[in-house]
Amino acid sequence: MIVFRYDKTFDGLLTAVFDAYVRKTFPDKLLGEGELAPLFVEESYLVTTQAERADRVWKSVQKKLSKTSCNMITHVWLSEEEGSDELIFRYIRKNLDSKHSIEMNFADPDVLQLNQLAKKVGREAEHIRQFVRFQKAADDIFFAPISPIYNALPLSVEFFADRFADQKWIVYDMKRNYGYYYDLKNVTEIALDMDENMPDGKLDEKLMAEDEKLFQSLWKTYFKALTIKERINPKLQRQHMPQRFWKYLTEKQ
Amino acid sequence: MKADILEKMKVLAESAKYDVSCASSGTTRKNQPGTLGSAHGWGICHSFTEDGRCVSLLKIMLTNYCIYDCAYCINRRSNDIRRATFTPDELVELTIEFYRRNYIEGLFLSSGVIKNPDYTMERMVRVVKELRTIHRYNGYIHMKSIPGASEELVRQAGLYADRLSVNIEIPTEPNLKMLAPEKNHQSVFKPMLHIQQGVLQSNEERRKFRSAPRFAPAGQSTQMIIGATDDNDKTILNTTAALYTRPSMKRVYYSGFIPVNTYDNRLPALKQAPLVRENRLYQADWLLRFYEFKVDEIVDDRFPNLDLEIDPKLSWALRHPEAFPVDVNKADYAMLLRIPGLGVKSAKLIVSSRRFGRITATTLKKMGVVMKKAQYFITCNELAFNTVHETSPEYIRKKLTEKKMKKGDAPLNQLSIIFPE
Repeated sequence: MIVFRYDKTFDGLLTAVFDAYVRKTFPDKLLGEGELAPLFVEESYLVTTQAERADRVWKSVQKKLSKTSCNMITHVWLSEEEGSDELIFRYIRKNLDSKHSIEMNFADPDVLQLNQLAKKVGREAEHIRQFVRFQKAADDIFFAPISPIYNALPLSVEFFADRFADQKWIVYDMKRNYGYYYDLKNVTEIALDMDENMPDGKLDEKLMAEDEKLFQSLWKTYFKALTIKERINPKLQRQHMPQRFWKYLTEKQ
Repeated sequence: MKADILEKMKVLAESAKYDVSCASSGTTRKNQPGTLGSAHGWGICHSFTEDGRCVSLLKIMLTNYCIYDCAYCINRRSNDIRRATFTPDELVELTIEFYRRNYIEGLFLSSGVIKNPDYTMERMVRVVKELRTIHRYNGYIHMKSIPGASEELVRQAGLYADRLSVNIEIPTEPNLKMLAPEKNHQSVFKPMLHIQQGVLQSNEERRKFRSAPRFAPAGQSTQMIIGATDDNDKTILNTTAALYTRPSMKRVYYSGFIPVNTYDNRLPALKQAPLVRENRLYQADWLLRFYEFKVDEIVDDRFPNLDLEIDPKLSWALRHPEAFPVDVNKADYAMLLRIPGLGVKSAKLIVSSRRFGRITATTLKKMGVVMKKAQYFITCNELAFNTVHETSPEYIRKKLTEKKMKKGDAPLNQLSIIFPE
């Protein structure tokens, strides 16, 4: 078994592709730098990330594949799923090796799997757009916590910046402990000390804007009033709105 | 905001909840720099109530006072319920503040009719106008057009709203007259026509000048109540199909009748809202819009009602075994769509993948085809066995409608090891 070790960055992965073609050996397994090697390793190679090499690989990928497929590769990278890097590696290699791109051949297991995983990440990004709930703080910043299963927040930031262009806001990934802050001009990445300030992501009443409480209760009232009792169907509700989002939903408190 | 706003909210949301439409799709409205809101082509659902319905728009009434007395409606004049009215300012503030918190995708404004249609419509238009012009709000707006309102007001509404709708409510005119004596189909179709004219005219003008104003860019929709009258599915679906031929009609919604006014003996006494029938009608609706079916293929004189046990596509397939088995490696897109268990997405995957090689049953399964149904209707590289010809439509029907065995239920055909003494 041939093992490549790299620094678990996207550039590192692309450099690994480059190096594999240079060395003419292709890894059976991709590992992080400190990860435990499997038994029976024939050969182990340490990839040194080089932006220039990564750039060249990405350019040729862009030349070969449609924009949608390139986006899908970044989606899959953001999934942070076990083995997603190996999937991207195989996908890029298969496409570079074939005369025409095979991105539309969904009968190929890697192509199909990459599509399906990318779709899952895309869905999570959509869930973020759906289920983020802002709370207005006293300093007029709208704050929202979220903890998605995939690292999909970067995919949704542009949406919030576009839609809420005239208000300051923060969307914060509680699980990965980073977020984005928009100051009416630019979006910047931030890291807050959440554990001390608000462990459960809820603004303290003292920190809330004056009318925040009122709108929260109005929303809750509205949500309750809208249910048609003759049609109660909690299973359908959970199917559309997974329970893992409930802890930050205003209407579910 | 005043203290009674909570109470008003409750009353007016409860009055509005029977409107089914909640789509926020069909239009793209870019954010103007430095203002609030945007709308995306596919729409976003922001929450789901306990009945599993989506909350995309702030679905609310301006008022639930009404001069009409329609039997199926909770807000009818003769009902003794709590009544309330929002002022336009209150409603504007609510919409903006909810929107800023990402609770909603936009506003769905409806209203009971007070004084006369024009008076009501004018107040509604004032709300949407204020949102768009004063608050420079770019989110989605769906507005009900009040039957009987003047053409001029409909025109104005169309300039600010993304979608306008007029509910047809009852598919046939005699039944509508029985339940709502003050209404007729004319009063519904006339505003529909106004909207359609507005849309077509605006399209025409925008072809000449790109800056010409858009008129209800997301088109119009309508709604029918199911199960309140004796209309069969054939009547309903024919009405639907006729509506879809109109250029601006985007969606027809079906609302399973919920007996809100049980004392009225013109209405049938139902124990349970006809939810399955409603679901089947939506499935048939999808067949019309996305699966290239004609309405007389779904229901005809021999089968005027949809089969409640199986979906309309499977039902069509079982009535037409001669069309199967379909070879997924050869059949055209339209025929692929007719295979039960295979939808638009899988059909597209198949069409693009088979250029690279032959498709097998394993691949189909991985693509998300429901093989439990599809297996009886396809051949795919492998030899077909057990298709609708080797067995029979009756057998397949029985197989697919069998109740699933729950865990713990004893299987019927397995003998017990312990013999009775």
